[in-house]
Amino acid sequence: MAGMSELTASQRFQAFANPARFMALSDRLLPFCVVVTALLLAAGLYLSLFDSPADYQQGETVRIMYIHVPSAWLAMFGYMVMAGSSAVALVFRHPLADIAAKSAAPIGAAFTFLALVTGSLWGRPMWGTWWVWDARLTSMLILFFLYLGYMALWATIEEPVRAGRAAAVLALVGSINVPIIHYSVVWWNTLHQPASVFRIGGPAIATSMLMPLLIMALGFTLFFVTLLLLRMRTEILRRRVRVLRLARTGR
Amino acid sequence: MTRKQRRAGFIALGLGIIGIAIGLVLYAMRDNIVFFYSPTEVVEKGIGPGTRFRLGGLVEKGSVEHTGAATIKFVVTDLMKSVTVSYTGIVPDLFREGQGVVAEGAIGPDGIFVADSVLAKHDEKYMPPEVAKALKKSGRWEEGQMNQDEGKGTAQ
Repeated sequence: MAGMSELTASQRFQAFANPARFMALSDRLLPFCVVVTALLLAAGLYLSLFDSPADYQQGETVRIMYIHVPSAWLAMFGYMVMAGSSAVALVFRHPLADIAAKSAAPIGAAFTFLALVTGSLWGRPMWGTWWVWDARLTSMLILFFLYLGYMALWATIEEPVRAGRAAAVLALVGSINVPIIHYSVVWWNTLHQPASVFRIGGPAIATSMLMPLLIMALGFTLFFVTLLLLRMRTEILRRRVRVLRLARTGR
Repeated sequence: MTRKQRRAGFIALGLGIIGIAIGLVLYAMRDNIVFFYSPTEVVEKGIGPGTRFRLGGLVEKGSVEHTGAATIKFVVTDLMKSVTVSYTGIVPDLFREGQGVVAEGAIGPDGIFVADSVLAKHDEKYMPPEVAKALKKSGRWEEGQMNQDEGKGTAQ
């Protein structure tokens, strides 16, 4: 075997993307991820539900924000992971990128659903309506349908390589929706309020509320990573089983 | 050019073209994508009586008056132009003077906008009541309000 020094950067990257290596690495990472996720979510939930102030306008209803905002962020982050992996899968044909894209979809869809539902529950008492067709809400609903369409495409085509390629194209086309979601509240006037955290001039949210929100966001992100690793491991094992089965019937 | 570079190029080109196409569609449809018109836009576009649309802006301070059992009258302003609104029904929790509001309905023959639904618009500010009180007390509240209003004026 050649020494590591003779490998190019690209080859080293490919070794890292090797499914067997991923299985070994994720096996060691997962317990750590689970513990950190549990700690962050426990601390975040306590801070946001019990140890943060009510809002001067919304009162206690503001607490929905601590679930809603991280969910919405992760919904978009999940899509970027999916689209990014899809691009890598299409260009470099790495099986692991393909697996990552496929595994990210249901998690992202779940966060999108959570964002839509919590937003609706907040909208009823605050705005006076469960739902409006403004640019932000509509583009978020489109994101949800993109996730569902992506998953449906995977389920329709039986052969993984072809299914992966078709789904990757859909994921990339849909990625145009992500900046539209983010800028929808800037480009058009909407019922949904503009961004409070990522805005020019710094966050428009008091520190006593921003801290619980950021801890929740970090917890949600680690939760996403944990689920992604778990789902990717499952998918790798599922593909191994499939190959073994095909080999047996072929004999 | 390797195969990988060519594939990456195709993806970039494809996304670019689709992005431009969607951008043009959204630009063409901008009047329909906006959720509401500000009083200034209502005047500029010359929206006359009988046309249904959504009107958005701030509820002018001191303009809310109860004219009937469940009927209220208030002025929606964008600090340049304003429109008087009449509404019968229950207003949401966040409906307050000085706060954002979106009313749906049409302008009547008397020039008053008759709304059949009123939604409250929340701004992006989150703070505890004590902080809001302290800001108002120290006189720095208006600065924040003004910045926000400036933003409203420029964002179309």
